Amino acid sequence: MSAIEVLDGGLLTTVQDLGRVGFQRYGVPVSGAMDDWALRAANRLAGNEAGAAVLEITLVGPVLRFGGPGVIALTGADLGARLDGRPVATWQAVAVQAGAELSFAGARDGLRACLAVGGGIDVPLVLGSRSTLVRSQLGGHMGRALAAGDRVPVGPRDTTVEHAGWRLPRDIVPMYGHTPSIRVVMGPQADAFTDEGIRTFLSGTYAMAPQSDRVGCRLQGPPIAHRRGADIVSDGSAFGSVQVSGDGQPIVLMADRGTTGGYTKIATVASVDLPRLAQAAPGDRIRFVRIDVGAAQNLLRAARRQLDRIGPDETAADLATDVFEEDSAAPLAAGGYLALADALVVELAGGDSRPGVVRAPMPGLVVSVAVGPGDLVAAGQSLLVVEAMKMQNPVRAPRGGRVSRVLVSPGALVAGGAPLVEFDGTAPRRD
Amino acid sequence: MPPRLLPAGDSALIVEFGDGIDVRVNARVRQLQRVLDALRHPGIVETVPTYRSLMVHYDPMALGLEDVEELMATAAEGLTEDAQDAPRTIEIPVLYGGAAGPDLPDVAAIAGLQEQEVIALHAAGDYVVFMLGFMPGFPYLGGLPRRIAAPRLPTPRTVVPAGSVGIAGEQTGIYPTESPGGWRIIGRTPVRLFDSRQTPPALLEAGDRVRFTPVSAREYDAIARDVAADACRPIVPAESGNP
Repeated sequence: MSAIEVLDGGLLTTVQDLGRVGFQRYGVPVSGAMDDWALRAANRLAGNEAGAAVLEITLVGPVLRFGGPGVIALTGADLGARLDGRPVATWQAVAVQAGAELSFAGARDGLRACLAVGGGIDVPLVLGSRSTLVRSQLGGHMGRALAAGDRVPVGPRDTTVEHAGWRLPRDIVPMYGHTPSIRVVMGPQADAFTDEGIRTFLSGTYAMAPQSDRVGCRLQGPPIAHRRGADIVSDGSAFGSVQVSGDGQPIVLMADRGTTGGYTKIATVASVDLPRLAQAAPGDRIRFVRIDVGAAQNLLRAARRQLDRIGPDETAADLATDVFEEDSAAPLAAGGYLALADALVVELAGGDSRPGVVRAPMPGLVVSVAVGPGDLVAAGQSLLVVEAMKMQNPVRAPRGGRVSRVLVSPGALVAGGAPLVEFDGTAPRRD
Repeated sequence: MPPRLLPAGDSALIVEFGDGIDVRVNARVRQLQRVLDALRHPGIVETVPTYRSLMVHYDPMALGLEDVEELMATAAEGLTEDAQDAPRTIEIPVLYGGAAGPDLPDVAAIAGLQEQEVIALHAAGDYVVFMLGFMPGFPYLGGLPRRIAAPRLPTPRTVVPAGSVGIAGEQTGIYPTESPGGWRIIGRTPVRLFDSRQTPPALLEAGDRVRFTPVSAREYDAIARDVAADACRPIVPAESGNP
């Protein structure tokens, strides 16, 4: 395969590898995949080196067309991937034909998927890495997220290895779920907090705020008390540093973090648990559990060793037919969220003039509402805008109809699946 | 005094030499970095100097915490108390005031000085690059005369042009790329502080000395043309030794 054609960029699809290492002394952020375990697994499945570049796909996936035959592997979040319209297995190497189209029906578990392609995404190296830092227009595909019309180059594949059908054993496929416990190593500035502050941090429940992004996971919960203020003379930041600013709310610094910072850092998330944090959606709840450095390192080593279990499946005989999963009519995980299309279809299917509810496709902040009770709207018309991960997402009418009630107003925080707008049974306008 | 070793998770260790902002403390930070650079240990991923500490990112697949602590303790033993390296001095040409420095009148008013006096004070001394951070190539400079310290803008600008030279409190700095920002902008340099095609990508590094040189609009344009044409790697008459 020489290239991937982008038909739709999705919410935020970027090229990432294991990061831009070695330039932090010049103020250059590391970037790289938010979920490095998913990236490593995807590359192993696709027959690539561990650090080959992949596409990191966020919540609402893109539509991609493969320019030639090859092998792909999808890992990380389950965003409802479809190959030529049929559900396709994740955590497995899949052979694709020239012209095959990959699309995504909607998130079922987790937030960020990795798409590895045999040969790796072959954008130019910038300072030794292919990772995208959108903020500085650095690396990746022209320094930005993918958009319709892009052609993303793919490197030559090692065709001596036939990976199609390889999979991650099912018992170690991550389930991201909700209310994860996140293990932390205390420090480097734990001594800047009162004993009560430390107790609060280790006993409180913190919710992921919708403003979270690749720079940091912003958390909301009981405020953590400092001894003498939140400012320190700036020092270095790590992937997973838990920074607590003056308002007592923690921010976990993630892949696109700045290299240095001037706020106290109460703890650092164990590397083994960073993927679970990267996969937590706005609204998900988190608790912190303290471990020591040695334990954190042993857990990380064990997690890396698990990748060695990737290989040909014992039940290789059914692989040819097992590439496609059954379509999921299964109920969503509690607290899960649907992609826009799914969410709207669920309650509005079955007749144009039946009452229905438009629900939030994702947890987020209602930025604006464009309709009011009594309004007649056309299919596809934007009803309101929900912001999640600093991206503004229009929520559109699935079909024409009359708005009977608007259940939210600008500024409201909504959970995934929360009802936003009700339609009544009035015959809709035809377009 | 041996430095404090503070674990920052399972893959990084902070080696902290002091509490405050101090040229001698910062010099030890950079001296340790040079020792580690020369060591080229395969388990050390990279090191990041800041005002008073060196952050050592290491590979936990290769090294345990005790290994790194031992490595740092040994490396720090060799540091001399008067760790004065021979710093480079880099001249940064600046067009002060006007459209290039829209906040110069306010800074002058706050200080109770004429604009020319502010320029003379800003360009008078050498500044120390304590560290880079905030954005690629952004230098944290020490040595601003207190007389021209000025608070940040009450409302940050949404766009500050690349090369803008600003003041925030007792700090002065240069925006390498266009960005939002709340520093009071007194001038602009045509030189490029960050270029990802160059090795190293940043014009400045921790430990450098910086001197601002006032230039006319004509000189500014001439340098800007050279920079745009890539005719020169942004300047610079570098001299060694302490001035």
